[in-house]
Amino acid sequence: MKRQLIVFVKQVPDTKNISGDAMTPEGTVNRAALPAIFNPEDLNALELGLELKDRFGYNVIVATMGPPNASEVLRESLYRGADEAILITDRAFAGADTLATSYALSCCAKTVGNFDLILCGRQAIDGDTAQVGPQLAEKLDIPQICYVEKVMDVDKKRIKARRSIEGGYETLESPLPTLLTVVDANEPRPPAARKIMKFKKAKTSSELQAFHGNANYMDAGQLVEEEKRLREKNLWIHEWNAAKINADIERIGLKGSPTKVKKIQSVVLKASNVVSIEPTEQGVRKLIHELIEDHTLG
Amino acid sequence: MTDKIGNVWVFIEQEGGKIADVSLELVCKGKELANRLNVKTEAVIIGNNLAGSIDPLFHYGCDNVFLVESPALEPFTVLPFAEVLVKLLKQHRPNIFLVGASLKGRELAPRVASTMLAGLTADCTDLQIDDFADKVNKKSYNDKLMQIRPAFGGNIIATIVNTWQDPQMVTVREGVMKMAEPDTSRKGKTTKIKPEISVEAQVINVLKRVSEEKSIDLKKAQILVSGGYGVGSKENFKLIYDLADALGADVGASRAAVDAGWIVHDRQVGQTGVTVRPKLYIACGISGSIQHRAGMEESSKIIAVDTDPEAPIFGVAHYGIVGDLNEVIPKMIKAFKAKV
Repeated sequence: MKRQLIVFVKQVPDTKNISGDAMTPEGTVNRAALPAIFNPEDLNALELGLELKDRFGYNVIVATMGPPNASEVLRESLYRGADEAILITDRAFAGADTLATSYALSCCAKTVGNFDLILCGRQAIDGDTAQVGPQLAEKLDIPQICYVEKVMDVDKKRIKARRSIEGGYETLESPLPTLLTVVDANEPRPPAARKIMKFKKAKTSSELQAFHGNANYMDAGQLVEEEKRLREKNLWIHEWNAAKINADIERIGLKGSPTKVKKIQSVVLKASNVVSIEPTEQGVRKLIHELIEDHTLG
Repeated sequence: MTDKIGNVWVFIEQEGGKIADVSLELVCKGKELANRLNVKTEAVIIGNNLAGSIDPLFHYGCDNVFLVESPALEPFTVLPFAEVLVKLLKQHRPNIFLVGASLKGRELAPRVASTMLAGLTADCTDLQIDDFADKVNKKSYNDKLMQIRPAFGGNIIATIVNTWQDPQMVTVREGVMKMAEPDTSRKGKTTKIKPEISVEAQVINVLKRVSEEKSIDLKKAQILVSGGYGVGSKENFKLIYDLADALGADVGASRAAVDAGWIVHDRQVGQTGVTVRPKLYIACGISGSIQHRAGMEESSKIIAVDTDPEAPIFGVAHYGIVGDLNEVIPKMIKAFKAKV
């Protein structure tokens, strides 16, 4: 049987490139107006997975938890070279904090089974917590190597990887299976044109049903045929709900989340109390003298 | 009968016996929270041969230090540390557990919180004690830890509460909690622990460790002159250095200038760089993205120099100079030299 690894990825709002359109007149961010993108460091994790495929023949499975349209990042992963894709989607997952999320992902990993490695980006740009990786490793009771820059070697039993530490780096050796969180230290390969042509037709079962207008002209038998055809061509994106991954309903979504959000405040650009200084010799001299006099300077 | 509320704990990060700044900052904050809750401040330090390193913890406010030592705990690897902490947390049930949001803290705290089924909030910038009414579940809680952090790329500030059983765990960003003056006569209790580390926790080997000593530490700078994309080129950064030299200041930069390759990453101020709080911050050619402002807006005085009067940096500046830095900086140097 082929050795396999799982890359967990996330679709996130693009918080780093907030343009004028996404700002409300009150000076806050309109989240709905932000485009959804592939979380940047998850692309690094995928790239590392694909390198391991090239070097050691791994089967690369990409999985994401999210709403139905998060399937877009899965197709993007297929364009870049992933072998299989899983969408974990269920209303019951909504409102999950990092603990409930890592539990749900651990159920998915157990359902896949038989993996050597789990790869995650270090953190996602919407929450910036970097917690799901280590929590997922704990839930699976496997070791973790965080902040991985590159993998030196993988043999039948162990992995050697280099990772960053405060003020330097270290090389660690861990038994398999293990979980890696990956930092921005490689160049993710671009989607391949040939793969885009092929995998743009890849679908989840919901997408297949929607595509056929909920099967007015197709009976259930035809849908099954269509699914079979997509599976044979490797164009089938697995769509798994909470029941499929045997997730305990008490431990997922809002219910499974110990942290509650008490309050959200938008950051508003402060009304300016700035003292305007003329860019002239005189203006600048006056400012510098003031700062010397109050002992800020000198 | 209500249970007695647990103490406030701080994880003390150390490397070669040297305690990380963020840990001392957290002892000071922990002490403040403990006073408010009328409980004790306790710290956990883990490693080997550390007895000579712990006095500062008492000076900054600890009542008790759990000194956990074993050869298996040096150098740092995450599994044995997590095992030690889980054991101690289960035994003593602190109310609050504070961990620095350093690389080590951010791989260790989630592993521990996951085992404890404790809520964990990452990278907090403020902590307060307050009551919390959970309207959805119709429950109310007294004296909970308000865990305040920026999210969504810094565009929102969220206040988060852990409603499950203690500990309430957070990681806290370095440089945001103020350090109090140490009281060098202050003493406390040391609880020595020699733990058994399980075989399963010792499966990760450190094959090689390379430290690339940082020669630059912007956090200690009293005056900082920072350049951004508006500086225009690597060569033109000489202007920024000239002003810093004249004022006896250090040099910082925005991410845009670092990404352009004009200056090293160690000098980057902001969310993905360092958080600074000098008595004077001079931003030159920095438009002031939210990520940059998050790293410098607590500076005592801020001067902004930029050609764009609409630049967000002027929103946090105390003094704004709308003008070309190539002309303004030489005038600043001249004015300062003339006066001193």
